[in-house]
Amino acid sequence: MKPSLADLPVGQHAAIESIDCDRSLSRRLMEMGLLPGTRVRVVRVAPLGDPIELRLRNYSLSVRRAEAARIAVSPEAAE
Amino acid sequence: MRDSETPPQVLIAGNPNCGKSTLFNALSGGSAHVGNYPGVTVDRTSARLRLGERDVELVDVPGMYSLTASSPEEQLAVNALTEGDTRAVVCVVDATTLERGLYLALQLIESGVSVVIALNMMDSAERLGLRIDTERLSQLFGSPVVPVVATKRRGLDTLLAALDEALAPDSGTKKANVTYPPELEADVAELVPVIAQWRSGTAPSQLRAVALWCLLSLGEDSLRGVPDDVRNAVHRIREAATAQGRNLDLEIISSRYVWLDGALGEVCTTRDPRPSWSERIDRVLTHPVVGLVVFASVMFAIFEALFAGAEPLISAIERLTGFMQAQAAAILPPGVLQDLVVEGIIAGVGNVIVFAPQILMLFLFIGFLEDSGYLARVAFVIDRVMKGVGLHGKAFVPLLSGFACAVPAVMATRTIERRRDRLVTMLALPLMSCSARLPIYILVVGTVFAGQSLGWFSAGAVALFSMYTLSVLVTLAAAALIRRTVLPGPAPTFVLEMPPYRWPSAQILWINAWRRLRIFLVDAGTIILAMTILLWALLSFPKSAEVAEHYTAERERVQQMALSDVEKADALRSLDSQEAADQLANSLGGRFGHAIEPALRPIGFDWQIGVGIIGAFAAREVFISTLGVVFGIGEADEENTPLREALRDARHADGTPVMTPLSGVSLMIFFLLACQCMSTIAVVRRESGSWKWPVFLFSYMTVLAYMASLAVYQGGQLLGFG
Ligand SMILES: Nc1nc2c(ncn2[C@@H]2O[C@H](COP(=O)(O)OP(=O)(O)OP(=O)(O)O)[C@@H](O)[C@H]2O)c(=O)[nH]1
Repeated sequence: MKPSLADLPVGQHAAIESIDCDRSLSRRLMEMGLLPGTRVRVVRVAPLGDPIELRLRNYSLSVRRAEAARIAVSPEAAE
Repeated sequence: MRDSETPPQVLIAGNPNCGKSTLFNALSGGSAHVGNYPGVTVDRTSARLRLGERDVELVDVPGMYSLTASSPEEQLAVNALTEGDTRAVVCVVDATTLERGLYLALQLIESGVSVVIALNMMDSAERLGLRIDTERLSQLFGSPVVPVVATKRRGLDTLLAALDEALAPDSGTKKANVTYPPELEADVAELVPVIAQWRSGTAPSQLRAVALWCLLSLGEDSLRGVPDDVRNAVHRIREAATAQGRNLDLEIISSRYVWLDGALGEVCTTRDPRPSWSERIDRVLTHPVVGLVVFASVMFAIFEALFAGAEPLISAIERLTGFMQAQAAAILPPGVLQDLVVEGIIAGVGNVIVFAPQILMLFLFIGFLEDSGYLARVAFVIDRVMKGVGLHGKAFVPLLSGFACAVPAVMATRTIERRRDRLVTMLALPLMSCSARLPIYILVVGTVFAGQSLGWFSAGAVALFSMYTLSVLVTLAAAALIRRTVLPGPAPTFVLEMPPYRWPSAQILWINAWRRLRIFLVDAGTIILAMTILLWALLSFPKSAEVAEHYTAERERVQQMALSDVEKADALRSLDSQEAADQLANSLGGRFGHAIEPALRPIGFDWQIGVGIIGAFAAREVFISTLGVVFGIGEADEENTPLREALRDARHADGTPVMTPLSGVSLMIFFLLACQCMSTIAVVRRESGSWKWPVFLFSYMTVLAYMASLAVYQGGQLLGFG
């Protein structure tokens, strides 16, 4: 199984593989620039463990873990 | 143009937080007019602007990431941008997040409207070391690109000049043109003839844009006015694509981003700037320990400001209202007119402006949180908790404000984007125990629990604490329940941009808070005033001539008696109070109180409390002054000893006392849960855009309150209390 965004440790860069949320959410994420091939990084986790904050295309976006778990990624080799 | 009198419309669009409102205010000089789009509750902010030889109407459109729509609210913004009288759109793009902002610009250009791109936040971009070749960008997009700094008013003249040119007839420049995959082009070609029937008279290039929009927007939507032909065609095309393993949404969106990424490669020098100081602030503000401490402190500050900070202003307004009432009473001859002015009109205006301090304060606070970027962090930090009851993280601030007053709190729900999420929050938060309920608790506790204790604590303290705890639990439960039953739908998703921290401009904060206040005063204010007058009439008419005669005779009798002046004055005053009580009992409201007594008995109240409840609809505080009149005491407040004694002495027809600890608890619970507040009703009407929701709110809260009081009173009696 492919790792998902929710599995990424903080600070790890990865490239989006596919998005499998419901249609309107997938569409929203894609329109905000989260597309297959886009490079993302998990910046931090909220104090209570959820949601998580992502960094992509020069801005920050937070999503809930449940949603991040449906976004498959391929982690980049550690720097 | 339909009418040569209406000036051409120029819309300002852009992503949330790109500085759109700042630019709008800079261009319009703050002289905006806030109206309402027909049918939905989206504010329409507009201003007249002189541009070269002509006047234009500048309209601020709500922030958006794309033209794709699935709700009527989103559709409205899209229609405003691409149809009708719109002559040009200023697309504000945050230069530090170019791709995302230009994605919207690209869609606008595709749709065929004349676009001017305002590249805002150039100061931040420069600080980050981002270099942008605006000329090349302009060539690639076939639209003028003007770098600006809205906060410093930099580049505004150039922007206006570009806008003036854009309003001239099409210069025929080559517009940006995204290459879509051939399969998709085939789908579009199939859909275009159907669209052409729907939108006859539209240029072919625009038909193509509408086709793309339909493919992306339709399906699982609640859009209005899309013909079935178009829906069916879109459905068929999407099914066929899915069967081939294609994802149409992905094809359309990624084609655009591929084009954008290609274009930006030519235009930008630095792409991934070093982490900013904003990042360093976030390390502190979303830290597991420090972050939560800061969060709690900020929330406490809001709470304190609404509760204690607004208090002096509120009492000043109340004193002013009292003063005006006394003045009017002195000028006007006693009679119905005097009563109407004093107790109807002036009291009504007082009931409206008394909310001004809290509304202003809350909106200054929220404006500060929003524009500084911290509101997104508030939602980020607390979302985990809110998610459990199906609320959005952004519902937290409105709910918390509900402890002070539901009126500004309901207005504060507008920071929540999706309408459904807003409504759920708006319908649950009036259950938060607001500060107007406190005097009632104090009166009841002072009446039935005076001097008693439960273990180490005073019974009153336990009762108060329980009320507040109960209110939080009931609010959250109601939110969860409303979400599942009345407003079903997917749980709110939490996809939230975390904007960089910025220092907000005091002027903009003030303009926005003032705008909100004005909307409240005009829209909700008229309803509140009307209801105050109606309630006054209910509790004043009909006047009984018999009662009046009786007391006139009584007064004369007192005058004849051999009493000192002081004693006479006392006796006369008590006659006045008794007359007011008798007249009230005879009024429509009084009779109504009597009529509903059979329904009130099972929850431990009598008709006098019933009349108090009716009066309390004007504002909960009025419960106490109405009770003062009902019991013939005259002026009364919650610390009033005669009123407490009168309540303790009140007896049912069978001689049992009305106010027992049990009926006291029942009364407190009733007030906690009932929507005894016409101002809340008025403001929910304004913010939800229809009477349906306030009626629902009032009904469910009243039923809930009655059932809960019934359960407490009857259950308590069964268990041998009271
Ligand atoms: N540094 C800098 N900050 C700006 C500029 N323009 C706006 N801001 C700041 O950006 C923040 C957001 O500005 P707004 O005008 O409220 O943004 P908006 O696009 O109207 O946001 P929404 O109302 O949420 O759609 C505010 O704190 C502004 O002071 C600019 O040119 N440079």
